[in-house]
Amino acid sequence: MRRRIFPLGCLAVLLLWAMIGLAQAVEPGEMLADPALEARARTISRDIRCLVCQNQSIDDSQADLAHDLRVLIRERLTAGDSDAQVRAFLVARYGDFVLLEPPLKPKTYLLWFGPAAIFLLALLAIALYFRRRRSEAAPAALTPEEQAHLRALLARDGEEAAPPGGSAP
Amino acid sequence: MTLPSRRILFLLPILLFAGVAAYFLLRLGEDRDPSQIPSALIDRPVPEFSLPGMTATDRGLTHADVMRTGNEGKVTIVNFFASWCLPCRAEHPLLSELAQHPNVALYGILYKDEPAAAADWLKELGNPYAAIGNDAKGRTGIDFGISGVPESFIVDRAGHIRYRQWGPLDQPTIDKTIMPLLDELTK
Repeated sequence: MRRRIFPLGCLAVLLLWAMIGLAQAVEPGEMLADPALEARARTISRDIRCLVCQNQSIDDSQADLAHDLRVLIRERLTAGDSDAQVRAFLVARYGDFVLLEPPLKPKTYLLWFGPAAIFLLALLAIALYFRRRRSEAAPAALTPEEQAHLRALLARDGEEAAPPGGSAP
Repeated sequence: MTLPSRRILFLLPILLFAGVAAYFLLRLGEDRDPSQIPSALIDRPVPEFSLPGMTATDRGLTHADVMRTGNEGKVTIVNFFASWCLPCRAEHPLLSELAQHPNVALYGILYKDEPAAAADWLKELGNPYAAIGNDAKGRTGIDFGISGVPESFIVDRAGHIRYRQWGPLDQPTIDKTIMPLLDELTK
């Protein structure tokens, strides 16, 4: 019986730990009474980078600054800002870095289109490669002189000992 | 296809790879901290703010103070600090030295701290600030785009932010960056 309790205890701890991991950083006190506004706030904050932990959204982050920014987003939404206005407000202070998804602009073209460009280049290279191989596999037809020479050679071959198991067409 | 151009075609991926690898290697070798993000406020007007003082009798600090300092021909350094912040303690002697500069006005913004704790802290280390604003909720910090304390901003005489120091000031940064910038801004 004792032996059984230990693994069960471990499992319980693991489950609890996983549940804590899944829980959001948003505290009940922060939430807005209006579910529509709260949903918009959550959507925005999932895309906003926490400047302290940097690879987390402020929706996930326990950092103090993340909390402040979540509250700020809710205040601005309550005051009637659109989602885009809220994002612009944050970008004005923290730069594009505050957005987890980099915006599309000339400076980020390489980032957005680079992989697709490399893929297309690779496709082009493969297509060229196979086209060249095909043209090499089908060499130009023999000239009449070459054909005559070939016939002569084959005829001589036939007169001499035929190769074992092989036959000239 | 002729032979030389075919050879180039085969070399191309290798050259491309070498180029990318060299670029990454150079970026890795650079002496830079990836957590240090450039400020979005560089060359923009200093944010408008109006902060109360640490005590009821202190006059606090506003955007107008920074503008007035500029009109007097001085460059403003706005330093966000808190008594709970260890790096702030580390940079304190350097800040105090900078405050002695004849063309500099040093203003402090107390970031999310207890005024009483800050007062003790300043009594212990000395108060280098010409004025201090109390940013109890950290809202002015957000307007400046800070991610923690300490951070310092150098504001030119026209009221534009010209430099942002992320983290504590150190002697090499002061020698290499801050002093030349102050010279340039007060020419």
